[in-house]
Amino acid sequence: MTITTEPIIVCKDVHKWYDEFHALKGVNMEVKKGEVIVIFGPSGSGKSTFIRTLNRLEEHQRGTIIIDGIELGHDVRNIERIRMETGMVFQQFNLFPHLTVMQNITLAPIWVRKWPKDKAEKVGMELLERVGIPEQARKFPGQLSGGQQQRVAIARALAMQPKIMLFDEPTSALDPEMIKEVLDAMIELAKSGMTMLVVTHEMGFARAVADRMYFFDYGNIVESGTPQEIFKAPKEDRTKLFLSQILQH
Amino acid sequence: MENIQVQEEDIRPPLPPGPVKWMRDNLFNNWFNSILTVVLLPLVFFALVNSILWVFTEADWRVVTQFPLLYAVGQYPRDELWRVGIGLSAIIFFLGASWGKWGGLLRPISIAVGIFFAVSALLPVQHPALTLSMRSYLGANVLLLLLGNWIGRNKLLNGIYIIIGWVIVPIVFVFLLTGIRGSETLPSVATTFWGGLLVTFLLSAGGIILSFPIGVALALGRRSTLPVVKGFSIIFIETVRGVPLITILFMFSIILALFLPQDSRIDRLIRALMGITFFSAAYTAENVRGGLQAVSSGQIEAAKAVGMNGFQTMLFIVLPQALRAVLPAIVGQFIALFKDTTLVVIVGINDLLGIGRSIINSDPEFVQLQMEVYIFIAVIYWIFSYLMSMASSRLESALGVSTRL
Repeated sequence: MTITTEPIIVCKDVHKWYDEFHALKGVNMEVKKGEVIVIFGPSGSGKSTFIRTLNRLEEHQRGTIIIDGIELGHDVRNIERIRMETGMVFQQFNLFPHLTVMQNITLAPIWVRKWPKDKAEKVGMELLERVGIPEQARKFPGQLSGGQQQRVAIARALAMQPKIMLFDEPTSALDPEMIKEVLDAMIELAKSGMTMLVVTHEMGFARAVADRMYFFDYGNIVESGTPQEIFKAPKEDRTKLFLSQILQH
Repeated sequence: MENIQVQEEDIRPPLPPGPVKWMRDNLFNNWFNSILTVVLLPLVFFALVNSILWVFTEADWRVVTQFPLLYAVGQYPRDELWRVGIGLSAIIFFLGASWGKWGGLLRPISIAVGIFFAVSALLPVQHPALTLSMRSYLGANVLLLLLGNWIGRNKLLNGIYIIIGWVIVPIVFVFLLTGIRGSETLPSVATTFWGGLLVTFLLSAGGIILSFPIGVALALGRRSTLPVVKGFSIIFIETVRGVPLITILFMFSIILALFLPQDSRIDRLIRALMGITFFSAAYTAENVRGGLQAVSSGQIEAAKAVGMNGFQTMLFIVLPQALRAVLPAIVGQFIALFKDTTLVVIVGINDLLGIGRSIINSDPEFVQLQMEVYIFIAVIYWIFSYLMSMASSRLESALGVSTRL
């Protein structure tokens, strides 16, 4: 792993309101290049909202977010530049149902990165091999299993050659037997040195590859630390309670 | 895991019921249905027999067979008929080329067109309209269709050229029909002489082709965040939808003409086309809007997340899915538009129905025969509406409307 000291993501005092509801209450976070961050917490704690502010799918109303040296603001060009550098994987996959697997992957490289079609398809095929489903390239998303769809979604995000990958509960909508194949792809990606922010409750994944973990509750970070610190000796009572609940079964 | 085998018992689906069983299940399954069957079956039988008898023995089809050219092109000058002929032949050629290139539904349509022309060319009856030159023209169209098919099949013409041809042919066709004012070789023909199926096709094809992009634009405008664009779209859509088509046609043919200066008057056929187009565009817009709303926000987020801008997201992600979802509704609306073009009779344009009515009114003897005329016209409308609906269902399955999530 190549963890350098320069932070690629800097968040300072990030606030977000949905009308009157205060969803993020001054989140501070710094992520260095190559780090794997796991974010967990009860539903409604703001963890998804936070990760979605990082590529401006949600707008933050106070504080600063700097991604790879570019500050996220109202400048559309900055937003598009940041989105080119950050890939995102969604809970509901969100593949484009009217396009084949290969078209899903190559659409953005061709039209946003302006690659020629054969280059995009070559990269797309390599990525499909990397996530283990090269034989599905010509199929439509609706013909694939959930696990395969999510791996296509990972390949689609990687096709833009992003510097950061955001995962918003990537395994929560999957049948149990398919979770492993997606986690394997994510672990492989983490070991290749990708900077990753992962919202998940897969504690096995966190134990295996996370550099740091953040526990969110009520719109803010309650506790952070290495997986060892969090699992062995959580400082906060809320963290203890939450971990005991999700690790019990 | 390999030694676990699922035992599959060989259970066949039940056999379909025989005719006696079918009748007992569907026609005589209780006393009420039995009575209905006993009463209605003879009624249906008599109606059917009488209709067939009427069509083949009583009906006098002279009102139809005497005026084939009138039904086809109206009063278009017979000396200038070659212009219609060239346009028609060009369409047939590109139909053949598309058939050879893409096949699919174009195959049965082309074959039907080919058979129609071949039969008309070889019809073993004496008819004043079926001169030798007319017969050779009709026969030549069959050859042109086959030539187009051969060219398309052997890829002598690139697909893009066929599409370009489809764009250019209608423009050239309309130009040919109009002619040039003051020209010797191509004198202009006023649209008052145009009529029949020609006008019906021009109005409906023009209305469909023009209203579709306008409708999509209005649907996008209605969802726009720019207040002026949004306001204009809403006012346009709601105004047009709140008014009957006849009113719009009247407005465009009479009121518009009153307001514009004498010498800059728009042709009345174009005025009618504008009315039809705007009317159809408003309905297309509402259909498309329904489709736009059906595209989940996750799709837009995913497109944004890979760095696409708003325009690319709309063009590659939202519109294709929205249009695919509302394709059946839009085709249904275009079929309605095709039939609604008959309303132009009211503003004095002789489309197919208008010609039929003028034929009926031209001779007191024909007034007795209006049934025949209307049935003939209904059959023509039915054929083309059915073709459109068939094309729609083919397109639906090709795009996977119900199968691809």
